[in-house]
Amino acid sequence: MNETTPSDKHVKESTITMDAGEMRCDAAASSSPSPDPSCTVRAPIGLLAELTHRCPLQCPYCSNPLDLEKVNTELSTEEWQKVMRQAAQLGILQVHLSGGEPTARRDLEEIIKTAAEAGLYTNLITAAVLLKRDRLEKLKEAGLDHVQISIQDVDTAAENADRIGGYKGGSAKKKEVAGWVRELGMPLTINAPIHRHNVHNVEAIINYAVELGAGRVEIAHVQYYAWALKNRSSLMPTREAFMEAARIVERERERLKGIIVIDAVVPDYYAKFPKPCMGGWAKSIINITPSGRVLPCHAAESITHLQFDNVKDRTLADIWLNGSAFNMYRGTSWMKEPCRTCPRREIDFGGCRCQAFALTGDAANTDPACSLSPMHEEWAKVADVESHQPSPAFVYRRPGGATTKRSVEEKLEPSDA
Amino acid sequence: MGDTAPRQRAIITVASKPVMPPYIKMRHDAGRNRWLILAPERLFDPDQIAVEILKLCDGQRTVADIVAVMAKEYNAPTEEIEADIVAMFQDLADKGVVKA
Repeated sequence: MNETTPSDKHVKESTITMDAGEMRCDAAASSSPSPDPSCTVRAPIGLLAELTHRCPLQCPYCSNPLDLEKVNTELSTEEWQKVMRQAAQLGILQVHLSGGEPTARRDLEEIIKTAAEAGLYTNLITAAVLLKRDRLEKLKEAGLDHVQISIQDVDTAAENADRIGGYKGGSAKKKEVAGWVRELGMPLTINAPIHRHNVHNVEAIINYAVELGAGRVEIAHVQYYAWALKNRSSLMPTREAFMEAARIVERERERLKGIIVIDAVVPDYYAKFPKPCMGGWAKSIINITPSGRVLPCHAAESITHLQFDNVKDRTLADIWLNGSAFNMYRGTSWMKEPCRTCPRREIDFGGCRCQAFALTGDAANTDPACSLSPMHEEWAKVADVESHQPSPAFVYRRPGGATTKRSVEEKLEPSDA
Repeated sequence: MGDTAPRQRAIITVASKPVMPPYIKMRHDAGRNRWLILAPERLFDPDQIAVEILKLCDGQRTVADIVAVMAKEYNAPTEEIEADIVAMFQDLADKGVVKA
């Protein structure tokens, strides 16, 4: 009621996306006091359903695992429908239908219909190149709420975009589908993974998203896991390029207020603090792979000693509450120093478990993205060095592609262990 | 293409007629015993006042109409709550939760 009143005092906002760096879930916690977050298990709010690992694109930063699941292991229509009903019962609010390319599943309509009937808010995360207009209409009729289309670059740089995605004609096709989404009155998000081959175009990408009629654009700096980690030396932007992109985002966010919402995901190699990965391990998000394996995050299978349950064997609620992988790093009691006594331990949860495991060999260690990690300096140096070297050819994301080219990346050693 | 996309920021005044588009879904969550607004990859947490205000948004009522209803209901002076309600709608319009 006065000028200092925050404009959001009556309606607080939080994000339900799967971009690890962006994940916030404060709203879900706001109504219930949780005296000891380390032992409180609350209902998850988001489900990332990777319906298939098939994809016509071959983006070298794909977040799918290097070992892609095969079509003959995918869950059936009925199994996915059962998952959607169980997810809604468990309290999940939004489902992100993803992949691979989710529209490669011919039963997507049936899965969406069941999800919508169960009360889930449905987001389609698509590369769009397989969509025809009548299919999109059918998905809408089935109850689809929102479409997110990924782009690799702007339409005037279609050749670059198609080279990055490894799919000729992709850029033009995506533009066409984006038009259909808007014609059908559906909300559109443009997701632009950012790296050294398009970081110079961030301003143009934002303007392109406005032109396409998007209500949101995600300037999503690549997160370096899986295929992106394999291609890190090809993809890592320089710190200077990143900083310039960040300035542009801030400026455009102000200029385009009320026209488009700009969400930004920063690369943690250049961040001050580690990201609160997934908003905390097993705190608000469930990920299910095409074959039904239930993960606390989409990269969790990279932590090789974890064991994952399958929706074919146990209910989603049982897995969420009792699954060993979910309980392993839930809360804060698993932490070692310096995380254990850190005042930020419930802000960033020590960063990312998968990154800690990949780079230190122990997932309970502090993520090297944190300045308190003994490996931090050396780790941060890697980005600086790689980003100033010539970009090697992409290792494109395709079945078996990870093992055929380029040697594995070297492991970091602690700088002052 | 893009006809329905906002080209200009909607500035909320007392004459605006705010409405939530069909893909913005406000509902009561029984398990959590609270109201929620579901939006594309977003979750909004409205308080009781916001829920009452948003229920009045039908694209016909103006902000002034809504202020009048709320003033009566809460027995509060119009001028005191008007700025608060306009600010709330402006914030929600900027976030795409209401169109006006």
